[in-house]
Amino acid sequence: MAEPDALIQTVHDIVQRHGGMPTRLLQILREAQDSLTWLSPETLDAVAGKLGVSPDKVRSVAEFYSFLYTAPRGSYDILFSDNITDRMLGNRELLHALCDRLGVGIGETRADGVVTVGTTSCTGMCDQGPAALVNGYALTRLDPPRLDRIVELVNGQIPLTQWPREFFEVVSNIRRADILLGRHFADGAALRAVLKRGPEAILEELVKSGLRGQGGAGFRSGAKWVSCRNAPGEVKYVVCNADEGEPGTFKDRVLMQDFADLVFEGMTLCGRVIGARQGFVYLRGEYRYLLDALKATLQRRREAGLLGAAILGDPTFNFDIDIHLGAGAYVCGEESALIESLEGKHGVPRIRPPFPTTHGYLNQPTVVNNVETFATAAKIAVEGGAWFANRGTAESKGTKLLSLSGDCKRPGIYEYPFGVTVRRVLDDCGARDAQGIQMAGPAGHMISAKQFDRRICFEDLATGGSFMVFDQSRDILDGIRNFTHFFVHESCGFCTPCRVGTSLMRDLVTKVHTGHGTRYDLEEMRKLGRIMRVACHCGLGQTAPNPVLDSLDQFPESWERRLRSTAFEPAFDLDAALEQARQLTGRSDPGAYLREEELMLGTMP
Amino acid sequence: MSEEQSFTLDGRRVPFQAGQTLMAAALAAGVYIPHLCFNREFAPHGSCRVCLVGVNGRMQAACTTPAAAGQIVESETGEIREIRRGILQMLFVEGNHVCPACEKSGACQLQAVAYYVGMLAPHYTHFYPRRPVDASHPEAVIDFNRCILCELCVRASRDVDGKNVFAVQGRGIEAHLVVNTPSGKLGATDFSIHDKAAQVCPTGAILTKHRGYEIPIGQRLYDRKPISVVGDVATLSESKGGRRHD
Repeated sequence: MAEPDALIQTVHDIVQRHGGMPTRLLQILREAQDSLTWLSPETLDAVAGKLGVSPDKVRSVAEFYSFLYTAPRGSYDILFSDNITDRMLGNRELLHALCDRLGVGIGETRADGVVTVGTTSCTGMCDQGPAALVNGYALTRLDPPRLDRIVELVNGQIPLTQWPREFFEVVSNIRRADILLGRHFADGAALRAVLKRGPEAILEELVKSGLRGQGGAGFRSGAKWVSCRNAPGEVKYVVCNADEGEPGTFKDRVLMQDFADLVFEGMTLCGRVIGARQGFVYLRGEYRYLLDALKATLQRRREAGLLGAAILGDPTFNFDIDIHLGAGAYVCGEESALIESLEGKHGVPRIRPPFPTTHGYLNQPTVVNNVETFATAAKIAVEGGAWFANRGTAESKGTKLLSLSGDCKRPGIYEYPFGVTVRRVLDDCGARDAQGIQMAGPAGHMISAKQFDRRICFEDLATGGSFMVFDQSRDILDGIRNFTHFFVHESCGFCTPCRVGTSLMRDLVTKVHTGHGTRYDLEEMRKLGRIMRVACHCGLGQTAPNPVLDSLDQFPESWERRLRSTAFEPAFDLDAALEQARQLTGRSDPGAYLREEELMLGTMP
Repeated sequence: MSEEQSFTLDGRRVPFQAGQTLMAAALAAGVYIPHLCFNREFAPHGSCRVCLVGVNGRMQAACTTPAAAGQIVESETGEIREIRRGILQMLFVEGNHVCPACEKSGACQLQAVAYYVGMLAPHYTHFYPRRPVDASHPEAVIDFNRCILCELCVRASRDVDGKNVFAVQGRGIEAHLVVNTPSGKLGATDFSIHDKAAQVCPTGAILTKHRGYEIPIGQRLYDRKPISVVGDVATLSESKGGRRHD
């Protein structure tokens, strides 16, 4: 714990570095935590004082983001990625083993304050899991020998900088390349194109290309740029959504790691077209390991005249890019919540309309596009709209990056023209024995083998890129239960049906999964899911029941084999309720437990 | 003068002015759409989702949806009633709402809306959260068990009273109302029972001390007439059985 004066000085320096701007609040809190390991009330008050914002605002931000801690945390903060793909790779066994070895409970900080071990939502390393974060940096391919080494490093209090580099190695695993990943792109080519042909001509190409939002929502990018360009307002913004939080997707991570120039070029192009001078990349906190390299790339582009003032020597072409790091909030992938977060607030989705193209960052016209969309737009500016529209289907032009993980021989990134069948993808990645696919992440669609001839495109199976394979050895309900926990953790809590409904759904699924459910509970899930789908404030809550509803239709036998034969089973667990009495009386003999048949007598006929 | 614009609400023509929401236009026309986080004196919030209506077949919150000419809006259908009932049930199991033991029973908007949408039981499994009661203030008591996170007290204290006494913190199911003092106690703030924030709560979460059961149960606001007829307790004066100070 820092001395009071030292704490004030640390906060002062950080706030100064961010120009005292309240919009930088989240970044300031992240950095304060890096220095001080957690955000104490004194730290929060100091930040509020230096920024001149009310202390409750600072506290509400600190309490909203998973990676900000308002209670003391170990010097080594280890968070296991807990996506179903990590579980398939045995992360729970590793988690328990690590906790045992370190002498710490899950989610707890060791008494000496050295280490905390917990879990977090998918960290986007599904093709190289089991994965974890240590002090925010990605660890990949965990296995027992690595854990042994980590135990030694933690107990020896060896600084992270001296940990073996290979623990932090993140590979790209590009397995199939098409027009986006496969063709060479000369830096600056798209910017030269827009200077030569003018913004109108580039917009025309973009519209002609038919490019749609590659984050999965599928809004037509050309229309979005036109709308923002035409929106009244002197100051406009370009925002790149790199908050790739959908479990099972990691293609934006690969683009930011291997194709950052292309992404930045697309953003700069957009800036020229809509008349913006400032862009932001909202990079999910889990990809913090990329930050230094990305900043270096931005600097190199400035020096090369591709970013900053007078781009390519044109005094009217000024555009720069700033990177904001997220801090563990899936909901910030929703564009209006992302903008709130960029403004330094907690990430609650806004009421829409108005949409960001007219009222975005600081209420100014803003284009928010996915990483892949910007990268693709840069290529279209050079190659032309027809070139792109040549591939794909009638309503889904071009190609799509898929992130393959789960039960397949070759997990990684696959680029396909839109319209590819699920079966083809499964063949290519070596998934011989697939039982079902969670497509587009938990918020997407779960499909069974009967549907493997369906096509990946906006007309059929729309996706942001997540593609998780479950083979015949898996219990589908393990995945469903994992997803319901994910949504409980990621609900922002603003609207009733999501805040409460996600918990109710998790409890119903758990009840059935643990063998306590009846047919009545399945019907309850359907009813609850229907309410959430239509009543929630944003897409997170509206899609949260999807895995449950889809699997009830696609995998009825997975649910039914868990059911009790009774018509109704209370949620109340009589035997569990006796646990406290057993502890108080120190009894563990068989007579202190209710037997199965006694429990059955207690249920309704 | 431009021609008067209108939309259709459950088959009835409802006029509106440019910029009005469906809720505002319906209220002005005397048509009740059930709601909790909406209060006509404040900017719409859209969080409780009780005012859900079908707009050209798509469900939207009436309090945040701009009215547009020719919209076909449905409110009192069986399907929408069922969704609203479900949302009310969620609110009842999320907190600890013991109507028979609550001073606000009979003059509680949450209870009245629950009756209005036909909710007779909470249906879902209770969460039974452990939440405190704060009686540190000389004039008021806060029972956090009854808070439904509508943020009306937050908005009233910040925007009308200029005191910023309340805030909602935490994420997801952990979201909770807090008092903005280091101790978290209302007694440490400059909150007054005459504040707007003391008059807007749609439940019994914020209560006046030293006054209780002045109107016997059975003769209270919603004991006499349903909420769709008499309106919100927060907008009615105390002399009429409401919470609003005269």
